Amino acid sequence: MNMGLARDFPGTLVVARREIRDQLRDWRILIPILILTLFFPILMNFTARTAVSFVEAYGAPIIGDRLIPFLLMVVGFFPISVALVIALESFAGERERLSLEPLLATPMTDAQLYFGKIFASLLIPIGAAYLGIFVYLVSLLWRLGWTPTPELLAQILLLTAAQALLMVTAAVVISTQTTSVRGANLLASFIIIPAAQLIIIESLIMFWGRYNVLWWIVAALVLVSIVLGRMGLHLFNREELLGREFDSVDVKWGAGRFWEGFRDKTRSPLVWYRETFTQTLVEMRVPLIIMTIAMIAAYVIGYRSASSFTLPEQLFAQDQIGSALTSELSNLGFMSARGWAWIVFNNLRALAIASLLGAFSLGIVGMLLLMAPVGIVGFLAGNFALAGSDTSYLIAALVLPHGIVEIPAAIIAGAAILQLGLAALSLPRGSSLGASWLIALGKWARISLAIVIPLIIIAAAIEVFVTPRIAVAMLGGP
Amino acid sequence: MAFLIETYNLTKQFGDLVAVDDVSLRVEAGEILALLGPNGAGKTTTIRMLASILKPTRGWVRIGGIDTLEEPAKVRSRIGLLTEHHGLYTRMKSQEYLAYFGQLYGLDPERTAERAIELLSRFGLDDAFNQRLGQYSKGMRQKLAMTRALLHDPDVLLLDEPTSAMDPESARMVRESILGLRSGNRALVVCTHNLHEAEALADRIAIIRGGCIVAQGTASQLMHDYLGHPIMELKVAGQLNGAVDLLPDDVRVRERGHDWVRFQASDPQQANPEIIKRMAAAGVRIVTLSEVKRSLEEAYLSVMQSEAEQ
Repeated sequence: MNMGLARDFPGTLVVARREIRDQLRDWRILIPILILTLFFPILMNFTARTAVSFVEAYGAPIIGDRLIPFLLMVVGFFPISVALVIALESFAGERERLSLEPLLATPMTDAQLYFGKIFASLLIPIGAAYLGIFVYLVSLLWRLGWTPTPELLAQILLLTAAQALLMVTAAVVISTQTTSVRGANLLASFIIIPAAQLIIIESLIMFWGRYNVLWWIVAALVLVSIVLGRMGLHLFNREELLGREFDSVDVKWGAGRFWEGFRDKTRSPLVWYRETFTQTLVEMRVPLIIMTIAMIAAYVIGYRSASSFTLPEQLFAQDQIGSALTSELSNLGFMSARGWAWIVFNNLRALAIASLLGAFSLGIVGMLLLMAPVGIVGFLAGNFALAGSDTSYLIAALVLPHGIVEIPAAIIAGAAILQLGLAALSLPRGSSLGASWLIALGKWARISLAIVIPLIIIAAAIEVFVTPRIAVAMLGGP
Repeated sequence: MAFLIETYNLTKQFGDLVAVDDVSLRVEAGEILALLGPNGAGKTTTIRMLASILKPTRGWVRIGGIDTLEEPAKVRSRIGLLTEHHGLYTRMKSQEYLAYFGQLYGLDPERTAERAIELLSRFGLDDAFNQRLGQYSKGMRQKLAMTRALLHDPDVLLLDEPTSAMDPESARMVRESILGLRSGNRALVVCTHNLHEAEALADRIAIIRGGCIVAQGTASQLMHDYLGHPIMELKVAGQLNGAVDLLPDDVRVRERGHDWVRFQASDPQQANPEIIKRMAAAGVRIVTLSEVKRSLEEAYLSVMQSEAEQ
């Protein structure tokens, strides 16, 4: 692999150099970059100064302290957004301008062409981002006398590069899978939405002041980029770049692919139902293992967080639980069909949201949403333990009766979402992105319909009609 | 015989569509083969398989004895491809563009520069050396694309519709250049639907229809195979009258006028002297006895018609 990369590098540079020269002659790329590099940092500097003086006037200087590093990240992020446009255009644009075939007919290897495009898409936007950061820092030093710590500066510089790398590697995959720039731009929402989610998470972390987490984010971004780069190269196919026609809407074809994933050649509903367990579920064993580990991790993290964010002890005194529980249960609509319907509706809504977000974030956000309740249970269990209660007894009373059904449902749902989200990354050779995603959607629908939804319905019934009785019996009450 | 291009049972399928079906071709050094066929016949797909851009579904391609699947990069370095669309980078100058492709083909920069000047001069583009390609006319772009294909001096040249979108003068110049590229160590394949071009350029013509090679040979072989024996025209002074009866028995009359007759003989070398002898003996004065020129177009249409009937 390393030998190959070293051998391919000169050719990669040849491809990249031409692309970069071409970008430097394109005013549609240069003008936004110049504005984002020179004007935007000055605007951010003004914003920082105004915000700092405003929050200081109201005695909240910490907000200003946190805002300046956040704006540093924003100043770096905007120029690298241009990298996405360049990368989306890389192969689709060449194909559209009919200049791809002469390039593919040269002795350049796939890796040289592929990484040449990636390299070219990164260089100018990252350079511009760093220049923008430099302009912002100089103006901050001049106007506010603020300088970042070397660690923060290194984090922001690496984070900027890692974000650019992630967007570019994903965009080049899309560019190789579409026939036109328009098609690539439409598919870019698969990158823009996760990137927006990432920026929100990074902002929260920075305002929270947990800068060390940024190292983990950089590492995760680089890791995902490597996966995307390798996957993209695996999928890079001269033949398909020239021969495929993806962009025309074909509802019948789309429905056919969905049905292929949903039905999978089974002939009767009984066989379909049986094979959902014996085949589809078995095929999902890796996502199932990942999701199980993630759920355990969520519980452990939640449990351990209790020591950092301890709730008042009196809330968790076991002698108060019984009476509080019995008085609250009827108010919450438990022991009634209405309560059952309400829980089913809420869980299905959570499943739908997790699936939707997971589909656009390689399954990650979907997983996190399903992990959150388990994390909360862990956090509460941790607080119970700190209050001196018997955690396992409480869990057995309050969670276990319906959790036996609901937790497997969440694991299976999460695995299906993960599989759907990763469909774009694990295309079989010869398959298109659209076909692979629609088949994965069909499988997700099959798992949801045959397993997850029935389990959610059963779990809600247990939660409403059985768990309260066990809880009351175990924890005491009328 | 060493063939520079050799294909065997070459087949390409896209889903249910068979674009190229069981094509076996051989082109030797110094030879020009024209792939002649209508749009969608499979010419470009064949060329792309020869250029190692598309992989055959079945069968194989060897360029200079190298299998395209086994050593695609090596094959590509021996091929010059003129694509149907020139595909130039319009913000570049010809000098930069050729230097870039020189690097892609692993050429030495000095050699590339020399070769670029030589080729640009050959195609009459030396004045536009520093002009951006976006300012080039269609003809100039096509000529530059030809230059790109020839830059690394390939021994196999694949030309897909080389004169499409060119004015007659430029097309003629490119055709002459193509003929000038014929050499003892180079094989050329020219894809075209222009019959005149195929006839003017090619040593052999392969007619392709529905992905299959339906006829193959020299232009005269094709005309003979699909239009029958040569048609001769006999023109006499005065009225033809009973002179037709003097024609030998194995001669088939196709058409006649008041002073001329067109006929087909299975062996004109035998029949024509006999006819002259008989006419002279009967006192018929012959003005001309010549072969009627037939076009490749007629042969092509005949091939297409017979294929359609089948």
